[in-house]
Parts: sequence; C-alpha cells; structure tokens
Amino acid sequence: MLELIVISTLNGVLFGMLLFLLSSGLTVIFSMMGVLNFAHASFYMLGAFFGFQLTKWIGFWPALVLAPLLVGAIGMAVERYGLRNTHKHGHVAELLLTFGLAFAIEEIVSMIWGKSPVDYRVPALLDFPAFTIFSTNYPAYKIFMLAVSVVIFVALLIVLKRTRVGLIVQAALTHPHMVGHLGHNVGRVFMVVFGVGSALAGLAGVIAGPALVTQSDMAAALGPILFVVIVFGGLGSLPGAFIASLVIGLVQTFAVALNGSLAGAFGPLDPSAGPSVLTDIWNVTIAQVAPIVPYLLLVIILIVRPLGLMGTRES
Amino acid sequence: MRKLTLAIAVIAPMLGHAASAEDTVKIGYIDPLSGGGASVGEGGLKTFQYLADELNAKGGILGKKVEIIPLDNKTNPQESLVQAQKAIDAGAHYITQGNGSSVGAALSDFVTKNNTRNPGKEVLYFNYAAVDPSLTNEKCSYWHFRWDASSDIKMEALTNYMKDTPSIKKVYLINQDYSFGQSVRTDARKMLGAKRPDIQIVGDELHPLLKVTDFSPYIAKIKASGADSVVTGNWGQDIALLLKAAADAGLKVNWYTYYAGGAGGPTAIKQTGLDHQVFQITEGFANSGNKAAMEYEKAFRAKVNLSLWYPRAVNEMRMFKAAAEKANSIDPVKVAAALEDLKFEVLDGGQGFMRKDDHQFFQPIYISSFGKLTESEPFDEEGTGWGWHLVSKVDTAQAMVSTTCKMARP
Repeated sequence: MLELIVISTLNGVLFGMLLFLLSSGLTVIFSMMGVLNFAHASFYMLGAFFGFQLTKWIGFWPALVLAPLLVGAIGMAVERYGLRNTHKHGHVAELLLTFGLAFAIEEIVSMIWGKSPVDYRVPALLDFPAFTIFSTNYPAYKIFMLAVSVVIFVALLIVLKRTRVGLIVQAALTHPHMVGHLGHNVGRVFMVVFGVGSALAGLAGVIAGPALVTQSDMAAALGPILFVVIVFGGLGSLPGAFIASLVIGLVQTFAVALNGSLAGAFGPLDPSAGPSVLTDIWNVTIAQVAPIVPYLLLVIILIVRPLGLMGTRES
Repeated sequence: MRKLTLAIAVIAPMLGHAASAEDTVKIGYIDPLSGGGASVGEGGLKTFQYLADELNAKGGILGKKVEIIPLDNKTNPQESLVQAQKAIDAGAHYITQGNGSSVGAALSDFVTKNNTRNPGKEVLYFNYAAVDPSLTNEKCSYWHFRWDASSDIKMEALTNYMKDTPSIKKVYLINQDYSFGQSVRTDARKMLGAKRPDIQIVGDELHPLLKVTDFSPYIAKIKASGADSVVTGNWGQDIALLLKAAADAGLKVNWYTYYAGGAGGPTAIKQTGLDHQVFQITEGFANSGNKAAMEYEKAFRAKVNLSLWYPRAVNEMRMFKAAAEKANSIDPVKVAAALEDLKFEVLDGGQGFMRKDDHQFFQPIYISSFGKLTESEPFDEEGTGWGWHLVSKVDTAQAMVSTTCKMARP
C-alpha cells in the first residue's frame, strides 16, 4: 500500500507540474487580455510535433531549446497580427479567433504529420530507470520532466516577483493605461507575455511528447482539463494555477488507484432486485469515474467559491 | 410522351446503378484512421488494399475490379453510421469494419435497418475484428458476418491453457470500459472461477477506451496487488501504452492478452525483457509453421512493410470471392446466401466454416508467446529480434461455442 501511495504521489506531482507548465501561460494570458485562449493546448501540440521533427533532424537536446522558441515566435505572431487587430471588435471576436486557430492548427498538424501517433521516443541518454522504490522502477525521463517543470516554475516566479520586467508585466496586467502613460510599450509587453506563454506550452509539448502520445488529437484531449485547472485555481491567478494543477494531477492519479465503490462502502445490493441502472451506479468504482473527477471538482468549486481557489477578479 | 418520361425516370437510375455496379466491387472500409485507434486502423487499411490488389491482379471477383474505400470513423459509433451512409452513396454494397465492438453493434443495426427499408439495395457487413459475443448472439443479424473468433471462444481457449499452468495464483484483469472489455472481464471471471477456483482475482479494472495516455498509475496498482498474471483484451494504443508503462516500471508478470501483437506492443515487450511471458491468442501468426502462410507473410512484409496482423482479413476476402463465384453474382443477397455454411481452407491451414445459425466463422486458433526465436521461426516483429512462438493450437471442433441467436431471415 505504501508503495502505491509513493508511486501515485510521484506520478500525480509529475502530471500536475506538466499541467502547470500549460496553465501558467493560459492564466496569465487570460488576466492580460480578458479572454480564454482556446488555442493554448494547440501550442502544446505544436511543441510536441516540432520537438519530434527537430529531434529527427538535429537531436533531442537542441530540439528542447529550439521547438519552444519556434512555438513562442508563432505565439507572438498570433498576438501581433491576429489578436491585436481583432481586439477593437471586442472579446467575442478574440475568442472566436483563438477558437478557429485551434481547429486550423489541428488540421494543419494532421495534414503534415498524419492522424496516427508519430514515433517520438525518449532520448537514449535518459532511457533508463532512475531509481527503484520498493520494487518499482521509476524512469529517468520522468524525473527529467519533473526537473524541467520545477526549474521553469522557479524561474517564472523569480522573473515575475523579483525583477523589473516582472514588475512592468504585473502592472500592465492590471493597469495597462497607466503603464502606457509612464512610457512603456504595453503592446510589446502583451506580445512578449503571449509569446512566453505559448513557448511554455510548447516546452510542455516537447517534454511530454515522448512520455505520452504525440498525435493530432492531443490538443483536444488536454484542452478541457486545462480549462478546469485555471477555473479551479481562479482565473488569472498564477499561485492558484499552481495549486490547482497539483490538486488535479494528484486527484486524477489517486482516483485511478482507489477501488472503492458504493457497494464496497455499504455492501452489495439485494441480488433479488436484479440488474438495473441502480446496480450499475452502485458497483461503479472510483477508478472508473477517475476521468470525470476533475470536472466534478470544477462544478463543486463554482458552486462553493465561484472565483476559484485564489481568484480575485469578477468576470 | 408522359409515359416515356416516366419510363426514363424509372429506368435511368437503374441503368446508372447497374453501370457502376458492373465494373467494380466497392468495399467501404470503416475504421479509425485518426486518434487512439489509428495505428491498427491504418494497418488494417493497408492489409485490405493489399488483398484488393492481389485479387485484381488475378482478374478480380467474377471479372470485376475490387476497390477499397477508406472511411475514418474515429472509433465512434455515431460517426461510423455517417461513414457507412457515405460508403453506400459511393456505390458500395459491402462494408467491412473491425475495431471496436461498440461500432460493430451500431453498424450491424444500421445495415439491418437499411436492408429492410431498401429492398434491392442491400448492404452486407463483413466484420473482421469486433469480437463482442452479443453480435452473434442476442444482437445477431442476417446481414452481418464475422471472421474473427468471438471473445468467448478466445477466452475459453485462453483459460484452458491457464488452467494447466499451476504457477498462476493471482490474476489481475484490466480492460477497456465498453461492451467488448466488459465481456472479456465477465468471461474471464466466469471461466477462471469454473476451471481454477483456487486462482484469486486480485484486481478488476475498467479504464476509458483509447483515452489513457499514461498507464503508470494502473501499473502501480497492478504491482501493489501482488498479481503474478494479467489478463487483458486491450487493443490499439491501449495495449501498447499499457505494456510500455509496465516496461518503464519494471513490472514482472505473465501477460495473457488478445492483442499484444498490435502496433507498438512487441517493442514494449522487448523493453520489459519478459521472454516468452506475454501470450496472445489469434487465428494465425507469422511463425505458425504452415508453409503457404509463411510464404504469404514474406510477400506481404516485403510489399507492405508490416507484419500480417489480420490473417482473418485474408480469409474474409478469399471467402468473399469464393461465395461470389458460388453464387455467380456479386448481388449481396446472393452472396449472403452463398456464405452460409460455406467451408473454407484458412490461410494458416485447417478447415473453417461460416455457421448458418449466427454467421460466426469457426476456425483453428493459436496461443503464441513472444520472445527469442528458434531457427525454424524466421519472422520477428518491429525489428526487435523477438517473435511469436507457437504454444498451443486449438482445432476448429474444439473452438466452437453455442449461440442464442434467433436469426430473422429475409
């Protein structure tokens, strides 16, 4: 049992950190522009495919740096030439733009790389068990993923809280006009923030690609969970996104590990009643409902605390 | 004048119909070509295209060219019906599908309704891999024919083998959460309970179909249960990723599977280092020892660059040809009648037959294990150097099950 708890905690934290890489960008972009970027998960997918392609051409390590930069550049272009132009038409136009972009990226990716999973492998250098707890091996690559996520988290925190750049970004998020009057180029700040957010999503894609599955529907599969994370954590709140990512990661992993059901807790139903919808509900295990647990959390948090865990703004 | 117009209005569509049906036999291939099932769906498509080319090189079916129309159903029953309609609109009178019994049930129902509503425009559904037993039992249809052994036949054979393996003490069941996965788990529980009551079922897992991208939480749970064997009906990416996660975690158990040989599976098994500890049950495999089949495998690999994962597709297409020749027609109604009780020498040797009562094809089946090869076994998988090795063969007579099908005949 202890083994299960330790391994599940590791897996949960890892998945949570991956979610954070994605949700951090999304939530900052939200507080900046006031709209959800539906294409955010698509940047994650682009990162994975760029990582795969560049790994084939120049190897994994250069790809780890180049692919997120490329995705970041695309993100900046989207902000500069897409969102900035639609901004004057209001939030709905911006929302629709990112919505359309998500579909366009998915189609383009499946046109170039096909619809089936690509063979994106863990680099040979990291393809070994890092350590053995009890008798389970833990892959070195997963430790690497964890390390990258933690480093990015710390770097992000330092930049935002301890540097002048971070100060301007934070100010621009809440008081863009004042920052503009003080002589800063707010447009450029927005563009850079959007680019960095996209690059982080791209980085998540590059490192998650080999461990999970790199295929053209990976954005659609992850998108809804991201949405849950940032609403749960509070729209626009970075610490909220961090806590929510970890909570969702752990909850999903532990839900799989648990076997409890209503039948287990209260005893089986009277067999003479025969099979019915009720017996199905009675016997379903927590593991089986694991995929919907995050959405259940979303509903609960919206009822109990509509702002989200750390949210401050009403919108 | 009016009469003439009417006559033209009636005859013209018939002429057009006849002309398109004259020169080609169109088969709608409805399977996942995107998403989690794409790896198997694309392999299946290449197999059917190879088989069509092969038939066409020898003059087609009754002199007509065979054409495969690929249609992507995203492993979604609803989407499959749209694709089936597309196939019919394109002039196909035959559809074939395999991946996903949920899809199989929807298509069988669709074809049955279509044929009742449109007499003279019947469509046959050739099922090469959807193995939920209900398709040839309570949900059976006259217009559905299945070439793969149904799940209960496979489980019967698999548990007969497990029965004689005394080292099995604790079994873990992990399956996909839909009709087929549920039938595997129910059959496994029932049959293991009857044949080896001493075996303990230490886990019984159902996970979402083709949605899980990281199985490590499930592997941690299997490990914690202390199981020595795992039974799974997983297919597509669900078996490849399950084995991959097991390899990463260093899980050492025996695997009793339906589809471990699917794309990505062999690579993952080689990585686990489990030499001849992963078993699968199929109607044929590369190193079966049958000379003709091995020659065929060689030619197939040389051209398609894949292992022949669907010997049953070969049986399906060859039997289709045989039935059409027997009926001397490609009219689906006549072909369906000719297929009933048709006896057929299968690719890997031995006689099979299409039972009239439920349209289930019965054939010899094999249990094989994956590992290092002997000299008489030339075929490895996915460049691993390891391949499938014969463990046990079940003859047609022993691979029969009864049916509850009450078939409504036209």
